[in-house]
Amino acid sequence: DTSLAEVNSFSPSMPISPSSMINQYKFEDEPELRDLFITVDDPESHITAIETFITYRVVTKTSRGEFDSSEYEVRRRYQDFLWLKTKLEEAHPTLIIPPLPEKFIMKGMVERFSDEFIETRRKALHKFLNRIADHPTLTFNEDFKIFLTAQAWELSSHKKQGPGLLSRMGQTVRAVASSVRGGVKNRPEMFTEMNDYMETFSQKINVLDKIAHRIYKEEREYFSEMKEYGPIHTLWSASEEDIADSLKGVASCIDKCCKATEKRMAGLSESLLPILHEYVLYSEILMGVLKRRDQIQSELDSKVDALANKKTEKDLFSEEIGKLEDKVECANNALKADWDRWKQNMQCDMRSTFTNVAENNLCYYEE
Amino acid sequence: MEDCLAKKMEITVSEAEKRTGRNAMNIQETYTAYLIETRAVESQSEGQCAPVDSLWRRYSEFELLRNYLSVTYPHIVVPPLPEKRADFVWHKLSADNMDPDFVERRRIGLENFLLRVASHPVLCQDKMFYSFLTQESGWKEMVNETGFQLKADSRLKALNATFRVKNPDKRFTELKHYSDELQSVISHLLRVRARVADRLYGVYKVHGNYGRVFSEWSAIEKEMGDGLQSAGHHMDVYAASIDDILEEEEHYADQLKEYLFYAEALRAVCRKHELMQYDLEMAAQDLTSKKQQCEELATGTVRTFSLKGMTSKLFGQETPEQREAKIKALEEQIQEGEEQLKSKNLEGRDFVKSAWADIERFKEQKNHDLKEALISYAVMQISMCKKGIQVWTNAKECFSKM
Repeated sequence: DTSLAEVNSFSPSMPISPSSMINQYKFEDEPELRDLFITVDDPESHITAIETFITYRVVTKTSRGEFDSSEYEVRRRYQDFLWLKTKLEEAHPTLIIPPLPEKFIMKGMVERFSDEFIETRRKALHKFLNRIADHPTLTFNEDFKIFLTAQAWELSSHKKQGPGLLSRMGQTVRAVASSVRGGVKNRPEMFTEMNDYMETFSQKINVLDKIAHRIYKEEREYFSEMKEYGPIHTLWSASEEDIADSLKGVASCIDKCCKATEKRMAGLSESLLPILHEYVLYSEILMGVLKRRDQIQSELDSKVDALANKKTEKDLFSEEIGKLEDKVECANNALKADWDRWKQNMQCDMRSTFTNVAENNLCYYEE
Repeated sequence: MEDCLAKKMEITVSEAEKRTGRNAMNIQETYTAYLIETRAVESQSEGQCAPVDSLWRRYSEFELLRNYLSVTYPHIVVPPLPEKRADFVWHKLSADNMDPDFVERRRIGLENFLLRVASHPVLCQDKMFYSFLTQESGWKEMVNETGFQLKADSRLKALNATFRVKNPDKRFTELKHYSDELQSVISHLLRVRARVADRLYGVYKVHGNYGRVFSEWSAIEKEMGDGLQSAGHHMDVYAASIDDILEEEEHYADQLKEYLFYAEALRAVCRKHELMQYDLEMAAQDLTSKKQQCEELATGTVRTFSLKGMTSKLFGQETPEQREAKIKALEEQIQEGEEQLKSKNLEGRDFVKSAWADIERFKEQKNHDLKEALISYAVMQISMCKKGIQVWTNAKECFSKM
């Protein structure tokens, strides 16, 4: 593949080899080297004549030179986050952009503006921005900087400059369409593997998500029955003399179990469920990324095919595309490595929550 | 418990068998028969076991025995039988009387019943009970021949007495309240326990799904594969463990159920007392009114309204001879009545004394049994948690190796 060989001598400002990219990515391991700290908090609701919406406070602290100041505080609403994500996708079609919390919850479990919903969303938005900040390439994106620093009116005027809504939707749609038309011819094996992997993974993570929700639901029903169970023993103890104390003891233990179950449920809903959900979204994102990559590749292929003989600027163009492919490759690998590590930690957290509960269960009364 | 049967004889209900036969209406039916084995306990046999006697009985015969005992010893809190039909089931348990698990639990309940009767100081000496254990044929007829059914108090009479009795022994009234409370609280508890068991079952079983997904997922992972696979295995173990746990809990539920049914036996004793007391009160009332009548006739004053008084006013006075005759008759009745009252009083007091003695014995037994049941329940829960800890610790290890 000639295009790959020529990439290496090309642009000095871009990272040259895949391994150097991965090295740069290991940024995350050393938090002291971080120079951008972002928090999302303080949700506030705003009521206008047309609509009601929530804004969140975004506080940024940084030591980077390209920022004019070292501290910023702005308010952003969900729409703004959505805008940012779209801009990032446009600028870096083959990088993995972190997931945003969904617009609505279909399950109808939570009302749009309930405290629970707002808090869940806030946490997810916080993670979103921090993941971007930790990403070696995305962190330097111009739109990202504007998002973090611009005042409300500045942001809206900047937004209007971008390409329209339809063209924004275009990229992924075209990608999907082209993959439907018939696969890519020269897809490197690595990406085929990734595709297969992602398909299976996506399936499995969706099932896991359902299972976890089901477990949560069962636990909630168990909890509600248990709540009734303890007081019966207390009621009984009122008619007894000799065994009253034993009965009261059992009642108090059952209540402790109830509390332990509550903790377990909270653990589930705070750590496991959101993370599974994130990875469900991630799997969708990744499928999208792979499709976009395929699409770029097919553009490249068609150009290479069509202009096999003529060596004009088309060479540069196809080299650029080849470069992009490399970038994809690196980004994908880096993120995959990080991803697996992430999941290890996630699982560990989840399990220690469970083990804690099991241990909590160990406080029954024995006379 | 010095001389009770249980010490002299080993009693077990060792087997249960499905049988088909023709019932009283000549219709074919399926029922379960239980094998009762008895063996005399010799105090000095070393290595020499006495031979085992055995016979088969079905549930209805147990019922007959218990009815007989309840009627013949109304002052005793007669041990209850295990339930006729499966109650308080949760979704995995079957409500079918033929279900092998139900039959097994009933077998244990019937054995328990026999042991309780055999260890009761009064009941164990009953001849019908002894022949129930030892004489296979003709037992039913023998029991019916005792005519115990005639001695049984009618439900209606008992109900009437309960409403109208004026001065029952306070202890019995309290006992009645207690048994009502006990019955309601235990049945509530059993209902909720069944629901809790159901839910717990659900939680455990859904974790089993993890096992399958983990295993499928591990197929596409390189570094995580082993960890996932073994964690999945632990999830399967976890999901499967609930079956044994809940089966053990059924035993606990059965122990509570026994006392649920005991509450009914307690009430029966209270009812008997109320009946006797009411009888006594009626007899005393009758006696008083007769005495009054006598006095009125003798002194010629009418203090209370009486039909006789009115009719005599309307239709003319009676002759002194007639009056004399009436007074004489009344005096005879009064004397009879006083003797009857005395014996009823005695009966009543005896009943109260012996009933209360048995009730005290029962209370001790109940406290002891329930305490043990609660302890064993706690032990069960602890063991369940220990298993949980083990599974999750293993799972945690697998996960951390991913």
